[in-house]
Amino acid sequence: MQKEILIAGFGGQGVLFAGQVLAYAAMDAGRVVTWIPSYGPEMRGGTANCTVVIADEEIGSPLVKHPPVVIALNLPSFDKYEALVQPGGMLVVNQSMVDRAAKRSDITVVFVPGNEIAEETGDRRLLNMVMVGALLAAFPELQLDDVKAALKAHLPEKHQKLLPNNFAAMDKGYEVAKGQLETAAV
Amino acid sequence: MTTPVPNNVVYDRPEGFTETPTHYCPGCTHGVAHRLVAETLEEMNLIPRTIGVAPVGCAVFAYNYFDTDFVEAPHGRAPAMATGMKRVLPERIVFTYQGDGDLASIGMGEIVHAAARGENITVIFINNANYGMTGGQMAPTTLPGMKTTSSPNGRDVETQGYPIRVAEMLATLDGVGYCVRRSLHDPKNIRLAKKAVRLAFETQVRGLGFSLVELLSTCPTNWGITPVQSLKFVEEHMLPAYPLGDYKVTPSVATIKI
Amino acid sequence: MPKELWKGNEAIAEAAVRAGLQAYFGYPITPQTEILEYLSRRMPELVRAFVQAESELGAINMVYGAACAGARVMSSSSSPGMSLMMEGISYIAGTEVPAVLVNVMRGGPGLGNIAPSQSDYNQAVHGGGHGDYPRIVLAPATVQEAIDLMGLSFDLAEKYRMICMLILDGNVGQIMEPAEMPEMQPVANRNFDWATNGAVDRPRRILSSIYINPPDEEATNFRLAKRWLEVQANEVRYREYFLDDAEFVIVGFGTAGRVALSAVRAARAQGIRVGLLRPITVSPFPFQVIDELAVRARVFLVAEMNMGQMYNDVRIAVRGRVPVEFYGRTGGIVPFPDEILAEIHRIAAGRLAAEADPRGAWLARMEAAR
Repeated sequence: MQKEILIAGFGGQGVLFAGQVLAYAAMDAGRVVTWIPSYGPEMRGGTANCTVVIADEEIGSPLVKHPPVVIALNLPSFDKYEALVQPGGMLVVNQSMVDRAAKRSDITVVFVPGNEIAEETGDRRLLNMVMVGALLAAFPELQLDDVKAALKAHLPEKHQKLLPNNFAAMDKGYEVAKGQLETAAV
Repeated sequence: MTTPVPNNVVYDRPEGFTETPTHYCPGCTHGVAHRLVAETLEEMNLIPRTIGVAPVGCAVFAYNYFDTDFVEAPHGRAPAMATGMKRVLPERIVFTYQGDGDLASIGMGEIVHAAARGENITVIFINNANYGMTGGQMAPTTLPGMKTTSSPNGRDVETQGYPIRVAEMLATLDGVGYCVRRSLHDPKNIRLAKKAVRLAFETQVRGLGFSLVELLSTCPTNWGITPVQSLKFVEEHMLPAYPLGDYKVTPSVATIKI
Repeated sequence: MPKELWKGNEAIAEAAVRAGLQAYFGYPITPQTEILEYLSRRMPELVRAFVQAESELGAINMVYGAACAGARVMSSSSSPGMSLMMEGISYIAGTEVPAVLVNVMRGGPGLGNIAPSQSDYNQAVHGGGHGDYPRIVLAPATVQEAIDLMGLSFDLAEKYRMICMLILDGNVGQIMEPAEMPEMQPVANRNFDWATNGAVDRPRRILSSIYINPPDEEATNFRLAKRWLEVQANEVRYREYFLDDAEFVIVGFGTAGRVALSAVRAARAQGIRVGLLRPITVSPFPFQVIDELAVRARVFLVAEMNMGQMYNDVRIAVRGRVPVEFYGRTGGIVPFPDEILAEIHRIAAGRLAAEADPRGAWLARMEAAR
């Protein structure tokens, strides 16, 4: 098994940390994992991204051209990665920052109003956890509880007080995405 | 062959020296400067604890003459090498011996930053206003109008810049504990220079910061004049351009009694 | 010790600390600055030496000084900074003192960019400083390998009184992977019989790279060369993947090797008998294993993040027996596995010449695809 997740957005949207949370959860689950930040030509245009690879054996490339799973936190990322997602893959989009519908029909696209949910939960900086929660609604390789446990285990002591809000943000993202996926399946 | 032992020794090889004869030109004051360092190390019982750093320049073979551990640095980098050694051997005494091309031209970055960091090292800086080893080219310290093989018509400050006064410049840095200029052109000044060399090493022994003694020196071979004329040249031409003096003596260094 | 998620650069720094690093001297440059920053906190905490030098020139000469004193010492930099260090590297080599250096390579030449690259292979392995000197060069591809090789590098440098350099493309510096740190080794006084650490109760010592008498310099070059023969005989390291029955052999180091691994797996899934050789020591280079593979492989493909530098070493080992093809990305671009997979398809299908240098044709294909 090997699965790649690419997370992209503006700097400051918590892109890198979102990827790290997934990497920690994968590590704690005994998986082989890599996390790598955008680093190179993609850095132009004010977007940041990172790629997480989760596998059962030694990971070759930490980067893939056509990831099966993408989280896009802004319009430039949506524009760029919608075209690159593997056929049959999944794209989780922060609806708050895009003004168009999906163009492709051969991938699953989930729209989550991430900014609004984050603000309702108490802090707009929770956006990344909302989107991670949304991803986990359709990501059998990792369970929501595993990711929460990883966040608790690896968050520095001084930030532990932020856990309840982070968990709430993940839950809400998860629910919204789950609801959409179920509706789509009907 | 056994050396006869005279009854009344007034002058002998200091213990800080090996028995290797120096390669310096007749009349050059490098030998005097070396001797002041060797005597000081002997007097302070520092010989086994000391590590010297030789430069690139006429003193490149300094390691042959001092009876201490020695390393030979790339051109200008002696203060960086000394920093590396002193940081891992803080109980050892580390000194560099550098000429004006080495210290004030190619190695200006290294010396300024070693001084600014207050590295606890001692620097013996020989200012003879030219590049001796490579045959007498213009140095940063060459006097205005002075002829060298690379300023054949005399140093033209309009195109070749002005001399650098190292002691004055480094004295502005807070990391410096002791920074003075002395001259080697006559016995009285040599005695004063000796005292300065001693104070510089005392500064290091006490951990009082960076110490540097700039020594005005002769270069009869490349200046193209006799040794005696060279001493006169220092007195008449170098002293006005490079005034002798204590440019920085921190209060704690000033309390040292020798 | 349990595995932790480590970023390559920080893992290297901590691994060095645990190997008993006594002194670090460095200068900030992307993409290796995390090493300097990490050690600026960690070294003083352990009462060990850390200096942010005025330049890479200053840093390498501080390394030189501490190495002469017999300390475990290192510096790190990235490509342009490494170029500045070359003066000191040559002196350190000529003085035969051990020192460890890390180059987190970025796109070049010149100021280039800060993206990952492998374009300093030749500088590290074949060139760099002036004069005739051997050096050990290790090329980790994963964080765990970087940690393990960091510890090994000090042992190798000291054993052979030689520079040991780690070359990482920026990806290995920036990637995070679960990895296990070794136990902390205390700082040890190794009492080298050559160190200039003060002539207390022993004759004085001189360390220098100057041999003014040419026969002495020649003797020094011979001594270095003899030591290098020993290194070549004992220290070659590499990883093999799917080589047992391979008709096609990919050779790639560092991240290019990892990317090739993904491509090799994909090609194997399609029934293509392809394997990967990933050199870990690029100096000493695994000439012998390539020589042996050349007897049974049909084609070699060298994949690098440069214009074909290790390529020349592979060709030396293959000796014209079979074609050696090349695929590279440069300027800070990391290839995707798909690109190497396409190359595997090409070499598996094509009639290729063994003698011609394929890089002209490669360049033409790359330009056509732009």
